[in-house]
Amino acid sequence: MKPKREVGIVGYGAYVPRYRIKASEIARVWGGADDGLPIEEKAVPGLDEDTITMSVEAARNALARAQIDPRTLRAVWVGSESHPYAVKPSSTLVAEALGASGAILAGDWQFACKAGTEAMQAAIALVGSEMTDYALAIGMDTAQGRPHDALEYTAGAGGGAYIMGPAENALAVLEGSYSYVTDTPDFFRRAYQHYPEHGNRFTGEPAYFAHTLAATQNFLELMQLTPRDFQWAIFHQPNAKFPLQAAAQLGFTRDQVAPGLLVNKIGNTYAGAALIGMTNVLDNAKPGDRILLVSFGSGAGSDAFSYVVTDKILERRDLAKRTAWYTARRELIDYARYARFRNKLVMN
Amino acid sequence: MADNLAPHWRLRAQRYQLVGNVCLKCDAKFFPPRQVCAKCRGTEFDLFQFSGRGELYSFTTLRSAPAGFEQYAPYSVGMIKLDEGPMVEAMLTDVNEDKLTIGMRVEMVTRKIREEDGERGLLVYGYKFRPSDA
Ligand SMILES: [Zn+2]
Repeated sequence: MKPKREVGIVGYGAYVPRYRIKASEIARVWGGADDGLPIEEKAVPGLDEDTITMSVEAARNALARAQIDPRTLRAVWVGSESHPYAVKPSSTLVAEALGASGAILAGDWQFACKAGTEAMQAAIALVGSEMTDYALAIGMDTAQGRPHDALEYTAGAGGGAYIMGPAENALAVLEGSYSYVTDTPDFFRRAYQHYPEHGNRFTGEPAYFAHTLAATQNFLELMQLTPRDFQWAIFHQPNAKFPLQAAAQLGFTRDQVAPGLLVNKIGNTYAGAALIGMTNVLDNAKPGDRILLVSFGSGAGSDAFSYVVTDKILERRDLAKRTAWYTARRELIDYARYARFRNKLVMN
Repeated sequence: MADNLAPHWRLRAQRYQLVGNVCLKCDAKFFPPRQVCAKCRGTEFDLFQFSGRGELYSFTTLRSAPAGFEQYAPYSVGMIKLDEGPMVEAMLTDVNEDKLTIGMRVEMVTRKIREEDGERGLLVYGYKFRPSDA
């Protein structure tokens, strides 16, 4: 897909909370994982944090880099599977905290881990159709796994915010995008349930790999590009193994995916995962670099994007905190504090 | 039924964006906004959005928290001298008590302040401050 008017990323920002729990600490409490630990450690939100507060900070970073008046935004969209309210949008509060005007589209997007890139696709369309100049798309999560479930090892917290705008003002210009979905029940959470259900081994082949590989292969073919045309590639990262395996199957090297692979240190940030991999790549990319971004969301589907970095990255990226600032700050907690932070203790 | 929602709604620019006001006569800045200038008694103002940067002027740590804040205890509160002048009292976050020092640089973040009426009520968001390099 290509918009009529050329569109790009005008500003971007990351957020990761400061607390970390080691996968080995979770294994200590529950007696170990069946087939080794899926990651080293994961980020845990503080007691006063949620998808709204984390989105606000990532979006403030994106605004600082975009150097635009928040009142010129015409959309604020938050993709997440952990919106604090069941009914009441996260996006209205985020918009108000940024100082956006009342004359905006605001909405919460829901598509498991693909919600953030789905919002990005829509923001591209809104700007690309000249309905507006600036639209903000956020992917952010404070994911929860049932205690002792395999997901508890990886369900992390964090994400990224992107302001899409006209290519003339972009630090990375969109070349094209693609989306691929099927109805695949690999992972779901019913209303009023705290924790999701998932199909264990079913989540790998027919879900993550089928959609990530199909989206990427179809997209590259349509764009007439090969893995060698890209300096960097970011794939959705539910654990450390899957994205490396997908990259290898597609013909991408470890070096191409390394800077966009943060799951080992912050966990699976769900709707934020591919998008925060992308913020770290943009923090380090050179003008002219071509970047492939591929998300995956259960249910299931993948979005793929190709961006080319412009000279504007050099003057803009240090106008806000880099992704590495967030990943480097780190307060290690034990399972007891983790249980308190994640509301797993019932007080009354 | 959820009562008392209106006061939260009216305060949102102050709480989410640190919006105060500036006296049009003498340029004095205030947070929260004032009706009458404390310096020149002027009564004409513009809204003013503070940068959110400042330094920690004093602090204390609460071990038993007031009603509505129990779930966050222990936590620290501080007086912050904003770079533009005014002093603000706020909860401190993302910091361990033993790392707090008078004069340390802090910055505003938007966080959850409290939950009204337990799991059923409104989530109240607002400003807190954290060390700039935390
Ligand atoms: Zn005055």
